[in-house]
Amino acid sequence: MSLLNNLINGISLGSVYAIIALGYTMVYGIAKMLNFAHGDVIMIGAYACFFMVTEYGFNPLIGIIVAIVVCTLLGVIIERLAYKPLRQVTSLAVLITAIGVSYFLQNAAQLLWTSNPKIFPALFGNGGIKLFGGDLLIPYKTIVTIAACIIIMVGLMLFTSKTKTGKAMRACSEDKGAAQLMGINVNRTISITFAIGSALAAVAGVLLCASYPRLVPTTGSMPGIKAFTAAVFGGIGSIPGAFLGGILLGIIEIFSSAYLSTALANAIVFLVLIIVLLVKPTGLLGKKVSEKV
Amino acid sequence: MGKRKISKNTRQSFITYGVVIAAYILLTVLASTGALSSTFKGLLVPVCAYIIAAISLNLTVGVLGELSLGHAGFMSVGAFSGATVAIALKDSVPSEWVRLLIAVIVGAFFAAIFGFIVGIPVLRLRGDYLAIVTLAFGEIIKTIVTNLYIGKDASGMHIGFLDGDILERGGKMILNGPNGISGITKISTFTSGFIIIMICLIIIFNLVNSRSGRAIMALRDNRIAAESVGINITKYKLMAFVISASMAGAAGALYALGQNTVTANKFDFNTSILILVFVVLGGLGNMLGSVISATVLYVLPETWLRQFSDYRMLIYAVVLIAVMLVTNNSKIRALVSRLIPGKNKDKEDEKNV
Amino acid sequence: MKKIISLVLAVLLVVTCFTACGNTDKDGSTDTNTNTKTIKIGGTGPLTGGAAIYGNAAKNGAQIAVDEINALGGIKFELNYQDDVNDAEKTVTAYNTLKDWGMQIFLGSVTSKPAVATSAESNSDNIFFLTPSASATDVLGGVENPLTGSVEIDRKNNVFQMCFVDPNQGAASAQYIFDKKLGEKIAVIYKNDDVYSTGIYNSFAPKAKELGLNVVSVTTFTDDTSTDFSVQIADAKDKGADLVFLPMYYEAAAMIFTQANNAGYTPKYFGVDGMDGILTLDGFDTKLAEGVMLLTPFNADSEDESIKKFVATYKEKFGETPNQFAADAYDCIYAIYNMLKDESVDSKTSASDICDILVKKITADSFKLDGLTGESMSWDATGAVSKYPKGMIIKNGAYVGLD
Repeated sequence: MSLLNNLINGISLGSVYAIIALGYTMVYGIAKMLNFAHGDVIMIGAYACFFMVTEYGFNPLIGIIVAIVVCTLLGVIIERLAYKPLRQVTSLAVLITAIGVSYFLQNAAQLLWTSNPKIFPALFGNGGIKLFGGDLLIPYKTIVTIAACIIIMVGLMLFTSKTKTGKAMRACSEDKGAAQLMGINVNRTISITFAIGSALAAVAGVLLCASYPRLVPTTGSMPGIKAFTAAVFGGIGSIPGAFLGGILLGIIEIFSSAYLSTALANAIVFLVLIIVLLVKPTGLLGKKVSEKV
Repeated sequence: MGKRKISKNTRQSFITYGVVIAAYILLTVLASTGALSSTFKGLLVPVCAYIIAAISLNLTVGVLGELSLGHAGFMSVGAFSGATVAIALKDSVPSEWVRLLIAVIVGAFFAAIFGFIVGIPVLRLRGDYLAIVTLAFGEIIKTIVTNLYIGKDASGMHIGFLDGDILERGGKMILNGPNGISGITKISTFTSGFIIIMICLIIIFNLVNSRSGRAIMALRDNRIAAESVGINITKYKLMAFVISASMAGAAGALYALGQNTVTANKFDFNTSILILVFVVLGGLGNMLGSVISATVLYVLPETWLRQFSDYRMLIYAVVLIAVMLVTNNSKIRALVSRLIPGKNKDKEDEKNV
Repeated sequence: MKKIISLVLAVLLVVTCFTACGNTDKDGSTDTNTNTKTIKIGGTGPLTGGAAIYGNAAKNGAQIAVDEINALGGIKFELNYQDDVNDAEKTVTAYNTLKDWGMQIFLGSVTSKPAVATSAESNSDNIFFLTPSASATDVLGGVENPLTGSVEIDRKNNVFQMCFVDPNQGAASAQYIFDKKLGEKIAVIYKNDDVYSTGIYNSFAPKAKELGLNVVSVTTFTDDTSTDFSVQIADAKDKGADLVFLPMYYEAAAMIFTQANNAGYTPKYFGVDGMDGILTLDGFDTKLAEGVMLLTPFNADSEDESIKKFVATYKEKFGETPNQFAADAYDCIYAIYNMLKDESVDSKTSASDICDILVKKITADSFKLDGLTGESMSWDATGAVSKYPKGMIIKNGAYVGLD
């Protein structure tokens, strides 16, 4: 029974990583940049929802919508001011700007809301579905998170394969130059990607804090790095890969701390990641790109 | 006009040496006349360590062309191996200079071994997959050092993992798990830091201007073309990576022996990122740029920005973004190259990096 | 050639910048001629970053005390807190900045890791060091390592603590649990990469063994794994622990309470002074902390007049309920005030001379301090404070004395 319990716990943690990884992989796949500020947009989303729900007493649903609006706006502003001017230069330059944005958001949050932790309300209750006479508990928040993950994953896949904008995104991710020649507005497409990525960050922030309620200005950074790892694990750029990578990462983390050592859990997670990448160098579901001279 | 015959690379390396030596002499003179405040005196050794870390990372990122997000891990290996040796030898080697020399060599050696181990996946992976493996190694090293205990008692040195109960009564703990190493005698000096910077610069410039260096840069610019002309990828990639790691190890040892206490958490992902910021801001492949940006970006938030108290790190973030935007703005670049003639060619070269 | 000249000029510019800064700092320290009774007190703490809550609390607490003292007339204080981001390297720069400012008394660093570094620095400079909250033994020096029995860092004679030193808390907790028979089976969760948490655990474990306490589960977490505690909670639950000892700060503890409650596990909890603050967490359901026992020197809900006044002032100025870091820093300033008010010191007295006076006074048998965090606190040459932790239990969302 403890095995099953650990599995459930692993999936709970993994589902949170998965939902963050979806946003990461989306932006990476199209803009080809590691958006290190993603974790901090998540944090802003969580704060927005927290204030709507606890301070102003709104319905959690309104809280989530406000968080999405705030994060989308923020994402668009960040993209316009900090990333867009650097579109033509090396991706490393954008990486550094993203780090700058990350510092900025963390410090701004600390000045605005202090570093005193806020305890996020349990939006989906603390209960769950009880199985085997109460020995096994599947928390509602895990069910909600996984459902959200699957809806977003399917939505994103449909969006990128069926809509015109989505197809343009895929074209950009394949070859920006060729896409431009085909009449696609690459700049605009990348901006839309950031807007969607930020909206996903808001949802991820709310779900992260609903499961793990400590909200501080640095809340997003560690889950952000873990989710980035998860995205690479599943094959960065691949939407189902991010989901799979996130869930697996959560399960590995919980299993290694349960059966090996709580002190070494983090190292074991990364060790597994290295081994997987040695066997499959482009991640679990990553595409193998043949190189041309 | 005989000077024209000196190749551009040689000229660049001599400019770099010249600037570093001039800065060293100036700062030493200022320090001896008492014109330098305690704050700046205290910053000298860490700045040297960060400069070495930055130029060594520049070898990986700028010259070899591989993104590394775990460079602090190599510093960590160098810092803890070097400091442990320095403390263990405290009684048997009385000369501080000799002890520091041994510590730096040991630190560089152990970091090189780790560089070799990390280097093996480098052969298989590319781009961001490589970056994440270096990040993973950095985190693994951090966790290992956090749980590592090294001590010395009557029967010699003991090492424990996860369990600190390794010594007989009366023994002394050197590396005490999460508490790290405390009670270090500070033996790193500005002069020693300067000498290590110079050695690293000489090694890097000689490497870059050698046959091996050209092979490494050929790999960066076009791997497939380089491979097709018979360049051994494995050999040259590993070479660059191991040299870079060992320099980071030396930087770590220098750093640790300039502090009262070091813990494993110091060398985390954020420190790796910090060094990467120095490198990118200074210009990929541009060693002098790394030296200057490491100095300015490290000193700035610790000194001048302190007057803004609570807003210090916020302003630092804004400065970082602004500098990136300004230096990469094509109009400003064009203006600069018009103002400084001869700069044009360099810029063209940098763009190809 | 032109390029070389321009680069040399650039370097010159940078260097003159350096020295210019140095000079302005010195100018800044000479304009205190007008007010010779003002003593400069410095301190470092994490004012930004993940641990900023502790640094800012201490800074605010100290500021209240300084304002009160300055209003009294007589000796005056000027307080300067510098950010150290909870980093042993940055804190040395912060310390040096304070030295350049002309600091005469040092309030030390707020957190343990930086304090180990600044205490060594201030020791070689002979500047008096009284930390509100850095509780590791390496800060004081001269304390035996419980595992080896040897002293690894020599006693730093100028260094004193206002808070309990970690081992005392660990051993005291074990003793308390034993004396009051609080638990049959005990589980411990501690933060493996934290100096404070491991320090308490390392002294708790041998004492528990000596007393024959039945410790059934010991699990850890780190900064990187501080979101999910399901494994640690499941381990304690499966092994039937009825008391969980949590030597950690309250924010991590709040996560454990929440997650354990969700998992249907409701043991008794025993915390240390870092647990103080749990009731004032924004949005925290204090029902979850019901029945939590802790050893703490400070109780913000106390009926004591001076504490009530302090809490009210703090709330008015900073909009939050003060925690023990703020109270400890407040007491530090009053300790210094009580020692200096009858001395003839002024802004010209060197830091070293003040240090000698203060060390002599603080270790004197006659010196006792009644503060917010304890009554008749006293210090001896070891640097550790002698005060007694109060056993508290949380009942109906408030602390109640256990005895």
